Amino acid sequence: MTYSADEMMTVSAARALRDGMTCFVGIGRPSAAANLARATHAPSLVLIYESGTLGAKPDRLPLSIGDGMLAETADAVVSVPEIFNYWLQPGRIDVGFLGAAQIDKFGNINTTIVGGDYLSPKVRLPGAGGAPEIAASCREVIVVVRQSHRSFVERVDFVTSVGYGSGPGDRERLGLTGAGPQKIITDLGVLEPDPETLEFTMTGLYPGVSASAAKERTGWDLAIAADPEIIAAPTPAELSALRAFGASKE
Amino acid sequence: MAEIVSLADAVGRAIHDGDAVAMEGFTHLIPFAAGHEVIRQRRRDLTLIRMTPDLIYDQLIGAGCARKLIFSWGGNPGVGSLHRFRDAVEHAWPVPLQIEEHSHAGMANRYVAGASGLPFAVLRGYRGTGLETLSGAAGGAPTIKPITCPFTGEVLTAVSALRPDVAVIHAQRADRAGNVQLWGITGVQKEAVLASRRSVVTVEEIVDELDPRPGAVVLPSWTVTYVAQVPDGARPSYALGYSVRDNDSYVAWDAIARDRDAFTRWLDEQIYAMSVTTGPAVQP
Repeated sequence: MTYSADEMMTVSAARALRDGMTCFVGIGRPSAAANLARATHAPSLVLIYESGTLGAKPDRLPLSIGDGMLAETADAVVSVPEIFNYWLQPGRIDVGFLGAAQIDKFGNINTTIVGGDYLSPKVRLPGAGGAPEIAASCREVIVVVRQSHRSFVERVDFVTSVGYGSGPGDRERLGLTGAGPQKIITDLGVLEPDPETLEFTMTGLYPGVSASAAKERTGWDLAIAADPEIIAAPTPAELSALRAFGASKE
Repeated sequence: MAEIVSLADAVGRAIHDGDAVAMEGFTHLIPFAAGHEVIRQRRRDLTLIRMTPDLIYDQLIGAGCARKLIFSWGGNPGVGSLHRFRDAVEHAWPVPLQIEEHSHAGMANRYVAGASGLPFAVLRGYRGTGLETLSGAAGGAPTIKPITCPFTGEVLTAVSALRPDVAVIHAQRADRAGNVQLWGITGVQKEAVLASRRSVVTVEEIVDELDPRPGAVVLPSWTVTYVAQVPDGARPSYALGYSVRDNDSYVAWDAIARDRDAFTRWLDEQIYAMSVTTGPAVQP
């Protein structure tokens, strides 16, 4: 079966989720990936949306984090103060699944402004939503974002959600309880933090993607692992599950 | 005791120029009809408070009702930008818009503090973010500050309480005494009503008796100022058990809001030309 780069990205992100995990899901591609995981290898994945729906089991992709089917299929529906204070903040949730407009080599995320300055931005983005506390308090974080010069920058224009700050020791100094971003999953492959410097390094590439292509589409001097894993193409089962619940191919 | 009145009367009596107004509803139960009535009554200089401004505040901002926006996520869910919000921040159209920006956890806790009669709330949040360092940069006092736990010495974050003049919400039902019942995704509406000096609640229907519903929030009549019956008053959002979210209208809004002329036409045709009883459509 032929597949698009975005489908490969969503499948790759889905594979990063293990069965039985609890997952705090952002809307858009993270939601598509989390739902794909639940439809394939991780039927017991617990999907948690910031609207207060714990254990939602949607049979198609929700357009928003508050679609009716999330509440109707959830194990429990709680208020918004409760979802953040009782469920996210104490570190009960295994993995936070986030998108980004910009991300830097230490996994800091910007979804606030691009260009200009904060008070007179060139582009005003939606802002933080639940992301800063998801990035701080989930046991680990996975970011799903297309890789380009525009999105992969040396330094984000605004720190909306903290990854590793300016490097080793920053999360501890800031009192962030979760381990931080463990993977950035893109349309070219997978990046993971270097164990010592915490700088994101390309450790996996999709079939047909070269290391030089990945370097070209990154705004910092991207390190490539000595022997990057070649990530398996989507299986027919993964692709048909993804297409069955209406994820777009673009 | 809540007074049961028309929507026009509820808005006219509860919301004045210059008020701080919180219209809440987290994707579900967004009080669109009430928002449209505020536009129709041409309120000005409002401080609009809402976690997710959504289409409802895109419309109020584009109509020139707001001086300031307090929020945590200003997008069109699953679609993209709120273009009227962006135009106001990026180009001061139709009037300049001051912003006070938070995360969802911060906003939720600010309402909790307001509802609790406390000056601030404490959370693990914001540490290391630009939201913390730039709090107050856009004018006004900072609303995010570090605070040291008096017991453990740990540094946490304090956010100032929200105390709106008026909360506006939509609910499934009220009884004739004005007790209000809502269920499904109940968001932050209870906290918003209890944090505010006055409140307006629109409901799908007024019934003789509120039979119990699983997970329902009940706001006793004496916590609510005005109740107005407005069937389908959340459209294009929805009321669980009464309607489904009109996702097509959220998608269609993008083209209307992207263009000042198309938006102005929408305002004229769908808001100003309509009486409060005829529901506006999103299609131009």
